[in-house]
Amino acid sequence: MAASFDLKNDNVVVIIGSGAGGGTLGNELAQKGVDVVILEAGARHEYEDFINDEWGSFSQLAWTDKRTTSGDWRVSKDFPNLPAWIVKSVGGSTTHWAGASLRFQEHEFKTLSTYGKVEGANLLDWPVTLAEMEPYYAKAEAKMGVTGTNNWPRLPGNNNFKVLKAGADKLGYKECHTGNMAINSVERDDRNSCQQTGFCFQGCKWGAKWSTLYTEIPKGEATGHLEVRPNAMAIKINHDAAGKVTGVVYADKDGKLQEQKARVVAVAGNSIESPRLLLNSESAKFPHGLANSSGQVGKNYMRHTTGSVYAIFDRPVHMYRGTTMAGIIRDEARHDPSRGFVGGYEFETLSLGLPFMAAFLNPGGWGRSFTTALDHYDHMAGLWIVGEDMPRAENRITLHKDEKDAHGMPIADVHFDDHPNDTAMRNHAYKQATALYDAVGATRSFPTPPYPSTHNLGTNRMSEKAEDGVVNQHGQAHDIKNLFVSDGSQFTTGAAENPTLTIVSLAIRQAEYIASQMSAKTI
Amino acid sequence: MVTIYDGKPGLSRRELLKRGGIGALLVISGSAVISPENAWGLETSALKPETMATLIQMARDIYPHDQVPDKYYAIAVKGHDEQAGKDAAYKTMIEDGIADLDKKSGEGGYRGLGWEEQRVAVLQQIEATPFFQSIRGGLVVSLYNQQEVWPIFGYEGESYSKGGYIARGFDDIEWL
Ligand SMILES: Cc1cc2nc3c(=O)[nH]c(=O)nc-3n(C[C@H](O)[C@H](O)[C@H](O)COP(=O)(O)OP(=O)(O)OC[C@H]3O[C@@H](n4cnc5c(N)ncnc54)[C@H](O)[C@@H]3O)c2cc1C
Ligand code: SF4
Repeated sequence: MAASFDLKNDNVVVIIGSGAGGGTLGNELAQKGVDVVILEAGARHEYEDFINDEWGSFSQLAWTDKRTTSGDWRVSKDFPNLPAWIVKSVGGSTTHWAGASLRFQEHEFKTLSTYGKVEGANLLDWPVTLAEMEPYYAKAEAKMGVTGTNNWPRLPGNNNFKVLKAGADKLGYKECHTGNMAINSVERDDRNSCQQTGFCFQGCKWGAKWSTLYTEIPKGEATGHLEVRPNAMAIKINHDAAGKVTGVVYADKDGKLQEQKARVVAVAGNSIESPRLLLNSESAKFPHGLANSSGQVGKNYMRHTTGSVYAIFDRPVHMYRGTTMAGIIRDEARHDPSRGFVGGYEFETLSLGLPFMAAFLNPGGWGRSFTTALDHYDHMAGLWIVGEDMPRAENRITLHKDEKDAHGMPIADVHFDDHPNDTAMRNHAYKQATALYDAVGATRSFPTPPYPSTHNLGTNRMSEKAEDGVVNQHGQAHDIKNLFVSDGSQFTTGAAENPTLTIVSLAIRQAEYIASQMSAKTI
Repeated sequence: MVTIYDGKPGLSRRELLKRGGIGALLVISGSAVISPENAWGLETSALKPETMATLIQMARDIYPHDQVPDKYYAIAVKGHDEQAGKDAAYKTMIEDGIADLDKKSGEGGYRGLGWEEQRVAVLQQIEATPFFQSIRGGLVVSLYNQQEVWPIFGYEGESYSKGGYIARGFDDIEWL
């Protein structure tokens, strides 16, 4: 049965956010007998409640509290108050996510040593190596049911994948398949297998896709050591005179402020909210925010170098049928500076329904050039580019000087400028993808700009030395022993791969560390 | 309040025909914009019906889909009448925006321009205005989010209740 802890109970671990990082950490700790309270800003919607409708689902699940943007990225012009497309709901963005689950490559943990210094970039090696991560990757894949691992078959390819594969073959790409997806290809873990409904981004109504909402969280609750408190928006983390954190102030479902006492606090609100919370927790002792002696909190915001290419054919495709991210090409993921940029990128199929296609194909576009593209919606195929972007100190989350949210907490501003390496990589990928679709007979292609960020990373980065980052190799704040960061904001650099498998693996690893430190009474 | 009359249960086709002139594309009658050919009418309460008729034309010129009937453009812009009813400043922005559009279009006004290219040339002059941006920004959702237009584009919408596509053609491509 789900636990229920007293506000004054100061022996609990308080986790902020119930997504990939927070939901996993909560369950892992509960399994070890540690008492956990997860504070989640969003409401709890179970998977029967999900809606097969893009805008309907967006209003149900997405984080729509106001944010502001600045910088030269196009999102700032087209979606000035929607820098990121992420979730405010129990389960976090694992309700919306597509399920692509890839391990990082060895060199991606060592970018500074591999790429060398890149001007205008704040590259740094992770204090963790692939070899150290491998056992945790294996645990995460087993937990999430990742296809193509543990003898689970890959998913069957849909129409969109078949077009991709035909193009990949024509271009001579070698590593093209239906991916490593945290989607059941067979019934397992008391959950359905994928029915190819094609609404992965809207929450999987079959429960076939892994989400903390209906895996980690109920499993944790079943131990009697986990309480998930929905509609609880954390506003400030308190600390004592010695500089240890002691509790979390949050606005409850009625907007009333409460304080949950804590022995340990783990922040997992995703890479915009986590630094916002740390910055907002400033005090006389920590005037620049918690865990910020390095000045790195909120900096090095990364969002992956992304973009899409959609193409029209003279015959029907119906790309929207079946899994949204239905296949991958990995040949360009290598580091090969002869292409004119460091790092690499992946191609992954992607499909949007008509309402989102209209909104995202060419935001602000109108007239016949735009509408004749949509006229052939059912003849379209599409893919998404996801590549490593450069961390930059100027790309950062800051607290807005004037604007506050409903609870009086300053809203977040997200500043982002593309690094020349990002632009070079994106242009290379646009060219390759256009050639790929041309090779299959495309009559027209659309290099589509990046959407509001779905991958948000790096704003509380891990570093070996305290002066270079916010947390150590366990996600533990350099400055405060009983404060942890448990989401993608710990990433030192972004790698070419989708981030969630790494977030989950780090959370499993972190749970071991927290539990051992608690029993050793060092925290 | 804006009412879209679509055959039943609103006005009957005969009533619509009685109210409008036969053969005209969009007819203004009283406080309504009527499409006698297609048996629908749209009544305005805050905006002038002429303004609504121009908005419908403007919507089509912004997102022209020749296979999509006027009715869906009318549904897509009717929210501006509701908004104008609640917000006087908004009403002024729309009425002034349309008046400006008509002025820039010459004697016969915006709807008097015969070719789409001519109307688009006028729209391009006002593309940066808050008026144009609010019409376009609203329209990209209100037009394409109508389930009734999805089949016209070959989008099938909701699929869970039909068991997904696992047995309904997720991999049926034949021409590769
Ligand atoms: C459309 C889409 C597709 C994606 N596809 C993939 C994919 O295929 N593969 C992949 O690896 N990744 C994918 N992602 C990214 C993936 O969802 C995220 O990387 C991952 O969920 C991030 O985990 P997280 O724990 O950092 O944050 P989240 O999962 O976003 O969880 C954060 C939670 O914290 C809550 N929260 C925030 N602030 C507070 C506060 N102050 N108080 C209380 N609660 C708070 C939020 O409401 C939210 O529920 C996708 C994302 C989207 C949106
Ligand atoms: S395609 Fe598969 S994973 Fe995606 S929503 Fe449907 S059943 Fe779930």
